[in-house]
Amino acid sequence: MEPLEIAEKIRESFPEEVLDVREFRGQVSVTVRKNRIVDICGYLREERDLKFDYLTDLCGMDYLGKKEKRFEVVYHLYSISQRHRIRLKAEVAEDDPKIDSVTPLWVGANWHEREAFDMYGIVFSGHPDLRRILLPEDWEGHPLRKDYPVKGPEKEWSGFLDVLDRAKRFREFEWHE
Amino acid sequence: MGLITGVPSEQKDTGLVEVEEGTKILAPNVVITSIDKVINWGRSSSLWPVTFGLACCAIEMMTTGSSHYDLDRMGIIFRGSPRQADFMIVAGTVTKKMSQIVRRVYDQMPEPRYVLSMGSCACSGGIFNTYSTVQGCDSFVPVDVYIPGCPPRPEALLDGIIKLQEKIRGEHFRWSRWR
Repeated sequence: MEPLEIAEKIRESFPEEVLDVREFRGQVSVTVRKNRIVDICGYLREERDLKFDYLTDLCGMDYLGKKEKRFEVVYHLYSISQRHRIRLKAEVAEDDPKIDSVTPLWVGANWHEREAFDMYGIVFSGHPDLRRILLPEDWEGHPLRKDYPVKGPEKEWSGFLDVLDRAKRFREFEWHE
Repeated sequence: MGLITGVPSEQKDTGLVEVEEGTKILAPNVVITSIDKVINWGRSSSLWPVTFGLACCAIEMMTTGSSHYDLDRMGIIFRGSPRQADFMIVAGTVTKKMSQIVRRVYDQMPEPRYVLSMGSCACSGGIFNTYSTVQGCDSFVPVDVYIPGCPPRPEALLDGIIKLQEKIRGEHFRWSRWR
């Protein structure tokens, strides 16, 4: 099925939810509200001639100062049997950065959602194990947010301070000529 | 230490031949030298590294170990365990989260131990002047040889290892006391 047809099908089934449909170089992005994201994804997965059985990617976005709603969760879907693709974008506001998890539909979303949580602080409700995936568990802040300083916060991460302290304490055991 | 073929005429009275400074040989099989020289020769001739491949530098390190560049000919055999290793090649970007493990592996190595910092990232943080990257692994482990490059070619790694061998050969008395 052509991607624009898929977008039309989504709009027919969820007229309240679809905010925008955009095409760029043959790739179609459908911007939706976040509230019924699991229903939309479930529809895309189960509908007979859509059959989006493969979640290629799931990632977060930060549009600080560029869009009204700051965050976005982007779903790249592919159908192995139908060989078509679509991109879903769900808008998430900064004051309530919560969206439902799609882990029940695609198990692979588990780690992707953990990454989006780690890097942007977007909370995925219903996720079975929402912990940080890349950064240490006691890290403060979400580094891919646009207002996060590139060189990190003033306060150094305590785990690295421990390493420096240990290196200092063990210096007396080093060999000096 | 070397091979001697003939005995110079002026040393025929004792039979001792000085093959290099501080090493004399009495043919056919008596060698007189210092313990420093023997130990440093042994150490520098069979350096076993514990590999710490962290990023793309690890690919270059593997290449150096493969048949084209062939580290084995220098007596260098990669070990999987720090307990069996003499030096550590820190190859790649060291993140703050990984720094704990690098330090632990270093602490597990027996003396004498050396550290070779491979690549711009391990030496100084490289292009990653960011929240997650350690700005040079010498901040938490004592580095003996720095190899610049992004990533360094295998020749550069070989040169760094030869530099380390030279450093080991120049050591004195590192077999004493509690070691």
